[in-house]
Amino acid sequence: MNVQELIELVDGHLINTSADLSREVKGGCGADLMSDVLASIQPEAVLLTGLCNPQVVRTSVMADVAAIVLVRGKNPPQVTIDLAEEENIALITSPFGMFELCGRLHRAGLPSLERSVSDGPSELE
Amino acid sequence: MEETSPHKGRLINDEVAETITRAEELAYELKISEVMTSNMHKISPDQTMQDVVDLFRQARISGAPVVLNNQLVGIISMEDLIRCLVTSDLAANISKYMTPSPLTVKAGDPVIEALKVFVNSQVGRLPVLDENEHLVGILTKGDITRGLLRALQHDYQAEEVRRYRASHLFEDIISDRTSLILRYTIRHRDFNHGGEASGNIKRALLRLGASPQIARRCGIAIYEAEMNLIIHTTNGGVLRVEIEPHRISIDAYDDGPGIKDIELAMKPGYSTASEEIRELGFGAGMGLVNIARCVDSMVLESSLDKGTRLRMKLFLDKAETVGEGYASKQGDAA
Repeated sequence: MNVQELIELVDGHLINTSADLSREVKGGCGADLMSDVLASIQPEAVLLTGLCNPQVVRTSVMADVAAIVLVRGKNPPQVTIDLAEEENIALITSPFGMFELCGRLHRAGLPSLERSVSDGPSELE
Repeated sequence: MEETSPHKGRLINDEVAETITRAEELAYELKISEVMTSNMHKISPDQTMQDVVDLFRQARISGAPVVLNNQLVGIISMEDLIRCLVTSDLAANISKYMTPSPLTVKAGDPVIEALKVFVNSQVGRLPVLDENEHLVGILTKGDITRGLLRALQHDYQAEEVRRYRASHLFEDIISDRTSLILRYTIRHRDFNHGGEASGNIKRALLRLGASPQIARRCGIAIYEAEMNLIIHTTNGGVLRVEIEPHRISIDAYDDGPGIKDIELAMKPGYSTASEEIRELGFGAGMGLVNIARCVDSMVLESSLDKGTRLRMKLFLDKAETVGEGYASKQGDAA
């Protein structure tokens, strides 16, 4: 699934314009705690979150996230949008809640890219 | 303000600026002379429409400027030719069917000026004049597209070159021990810039030729350390990254308040962060745990009221060295 298809699947609205819509999304991860994201997410996942501050984008850059979906129609502050624009990462807002979004993406065949924290370093393969 | 702006009164607010793409920026940066076709086919008004047919067929073009005594007098296009063919008038002079005094653009103007003319008119090509009103080229929408693509490609190559140069940084420098040191000052509670230093370090590592896995591990570890400095210190702190071909050493240090119980701080889920910090998505008590998972060695020293020093190291094996180019890696792989 690419970012464009993801946007359609979640009835999403793309907030920034610099993103590459053909970027491949390999799976998903949903979390509001950024340290949890950093601890568990594998590269090239879509991050579903209710958090709107710039740290969401920073975290995504560090963790090689393919796209960010903000749940429940949240609109991020301008600093977050600016940062997403600068980092060329897709920032999408969707009217659905976290549970509905996880369900939709999973049903569409997107696997979980969350790894249990006890599994050891997530990028040592 | 608007009138005196050197950018032709183009005033944009931040909201509009958000939506500007690189291609649009290029339309303002590139000059028409950089994208136009300059070795074009010209034709004279006293030649016949039959000559136009021959020229179009031979040169595989669909329009040409009409020039008399070095002066542009008109433009002849496929549409004009069709009008002529309808009346079987191929023996007529070009001057009878050409569009006289056509729309023109200036060679020194930005491409956006030509785009405006294309949008507001039905023309397919625009003659390009220099400051002395002499014809110096012809411009089609295709020329603009190709010019923009070339420029985008150039942007891309420039990044590749930067990356290539950086990835060979250490190769030609002879010393007993060469390293590159990056320092960043992190301010207490500066959440808006939180992660900026880690982002810059990650980018630097990728440019230096680090593998995506190494850059990611470093990025995550440094990001957590950076957020710790922002959240937990009294006066902020410093991130110091020393990059050597086979090792990356990261130090995060501050001057207080210090950690009371290091063993407890290292426990997954333990956090002293306030509710406010937790609302920002941090303070889950996973920061130090995350760091430990990402680096090869980690030493945390702290004394109350004096400060904290977190030392992290990543060791790179021969296939993953940074700043030494590809030669050493290939040699190793063979």
